[in-house]
Amino acid sequence: MAMNNSNKSKIIYTALAWGISGMIFFPILWTLLTSFKTEAEAISANPSLFMFDWTLENYSDVLARSPYFNHFWNSVVISIGSSLLGLVIAIPAAWSMAFVQTKRTKHLLMWMLSTKMLPPVGVLIPIYLMFRDFSLLDTKLGLVIVMTLVNLPIMVWMLYTYFREIPHEILEASRMDGCSIAEEIFHVLLPLALPGIASTLLLNVILAWNEAFWTLILTAANAAPLTAFIASYSSPEGLFYAKLSAASVMAIVPILILGWFSQKQLVRGLSFGAVK
Amino acid sequence: MLKKITMLTCAALTLSTAVTAETITIATVNNGDMITMKELSADFEAKHPDIDLQWVTLEENILRQRVTTDVATKGGQYDVMTIGTYEVPIWGNQGWLTELDDLGAEYDEEDLLPAIRSGLSVNDKLYAAPFYGESSMVMYRKDLIEKAGLEMPTKPTWKFIRQAAKAMTDSDAGVYGICLRGKAGWGENIALITAMSNSFGARWFDENWKPQFNTPQWKDTLQYYVDIMTESGPPGASSNGFNENLALFQTGKCGMWIDATVAGAFVTNEKDSEVADKVGFAMAPDMGLGKRGNWLWAWTLAVPSSSEKSAAAMKFISWATSKEYLALVAKEKGWANVPPGTRTSLYANPEYLKAAPFAEITLASIESVDPKNPTVQPVPYVGVQFVAIPEFQGIGTAVGQQFAAALTGQMTVEQALASSQRLVERAMRKARYPK
Repeated sequence: MAMNNSNKSKIIYTALAWGISGMIFFPILWTLLTSFKTEAEAISANPSLFMFDWTLENYSDVLARSPYFNHFWNSVVISIGSSLLGLVIAIPAAWSMAFVQTKRTKHLLMWMLSTKMLPPVGVLIPIYLMFRDFSLLDTKLGLVIVMTLVNLPIMVWMLYTYFREIPHEILEASRMDGCSIAEEIFHVLLPLALPGIASTLLLNVILAWNEAFWTLILTAANAAPLTAFIASYSSPEGLFYAKLSAASVMAIVPILILGWFSQKQLVRGLSFGAVK
Repeated sequence: MLKKITMLTCAALTLSTAVTAETITIATVNNGDMITMKELSADFEAKHPDIDLQWVTLEENILRQRVTTDVATKGGQYDVMTIGTYEVPIWGNQGWLTELDDLGAEYDEEDLLPAIRSGLSVNDKLYAAPFYGESSMVMYRKDLIEKAGLEMPTKPTWKFIRQAAKAMTDSDAGVYGICLRGKAGWGENIALITAMSNSFGARWFDENWKPQFNTPQWKDTLQYYVDIMTESGPPGASSNGFNENLALFQTGKCGMWIDATVAGAFVTNEKDSEVADKVGFAMAPDMGLGKRGNWLWAWTLAVPSSSEKSAAAMKFISWATSKEYLALVAKEKGWANVPPGTRTSLYANPEYLKAAPFAEITLASIESVDPKNPTVQPVPYVGVQFVAIPEFQGIGTAVGQQFAAALTGQMTVEQALASSQRLVERAMRKARYPK
């Protein structure tokens, strides 16, 4: 009887998990299917899931009209660059907060997190003026800097939580063996916290890839990433849903592939540390 | 030897031209006419080998946010900006735009439609050139109105529109008599309802900038809008903007649609529209008070004062808004795809009039509005479906949310107007009007 109940609940939970996954995935599937439709079919009052005239015309139009690979390269540089730069700053910061705590550490952590609660548009004008004065507008360097700053609180928090899981005694032992602080971090802490660091890096690459406020406001033609590429297919007067869908698919496929291949690492890191 | 020297000289000259070529950055929206402009810009580059073009195409709201930030902070990221008739008088007054005083001898500024030209001028100086202009009109299904036993007049009244909408509605077949914008926003439902209100004799402000939502004219306007949409509108209308209504109309779900004249080309395009051969056009309706419920809008090209390449930018604007450009589009894409609503000469062209069945109504609609006297009573502002003050984007959207709430039944018409009156009074007090 107990076995039966257990099996039943297993089936219910599995069905629930599939149902929720289906609901989350359906908009992506719909976008993918729409990208293969004509514009007329995309707005049809009786849309068909699979039975329509499949076409690659939207993809060829999008590739002909926009420099996709420039946008793609910009996204790669901005997301990976800002995540790596963020790690360089966040690792020592999280180390000091985890292992050399003062009575203000908690306040500092809370303050860092509170900056994420500020609507970005609130600091738009000062940041825009600084970028203008330092000639950073429409540059990848400018975007790398701003994305690093935007995601730094999350990186510090995640790494702080992972580092807290590492026993102090191991680090103390390394110190007693004569390690400097740098050696302690590089040779002891980092290998132990590698899953956490990897998941922090991956999560921040995804966050930076998807960011669509600063990347739209601070770029024009040279440093515009894939978010700007998608935005260029949305129209107030005219139906371009199929082309918009094709552009969206081309923008999300790289990050979906990255997420697919790194999902084990990502889930392991996330469930191990910060977001328990 | 001489041949070699000549060739080398030519190569050197070409190289030096390429090296010294000036690059101008153009910010624009993703509308069909702008896409065509980008496609045909090779013609400009061939005529001006010393100028390279760099394009930034964005969705309207993102573009507006981006170019407003750039022009207000003198960021200098763009040399040519696509802006609307709402921005031009405000930005021109602020000194954020360069006067277009060097469009060339061939440009023929006098050929621009007077209503459009007037909306783009500050103190009689042109600050933006119209790329395409539009008003609003009634697009209707000839087969459905005939089936309903009615005949659409060229100049219908709101009373007739309500009667026709009721008669054309067949909810069981999924056909609704009227499709109107319901999505909240200063460029969405407010554009439609403000233009409508002009024909009902309402106005946003009196001569002393006092909000007027507590007047009977506004009550009549909003009550009519809510009633006709409740009786004959599609379900979920509060989330419908231009594109949603276009999709409904093209798939045969709307009997009538009152919206931008630019839609005329879309709904009659056989490739995308299921009802292409069944569409008729009429002027926007009125109440017999001397003003019709149509608006005036133009997407224009302007040079921000922060641009350091204003001479090259003006050359581009001159090319993109010229009569020659219209002829180029006609040659490459056909007369029906020519950017409408900017030049008088286009409406004298029999080929265009033949290809575009909506052309005469478009011209008559544009000519019938006066941005400086938009409604029956005098007003202190410029603008037909908007009030050309910097505060309007905020208050327009806030009022739009009240009107959308009235449409969905979350508020009564009286509550929506009272709430609008309060919030606009507060905003105007804060902004210290009258100035």
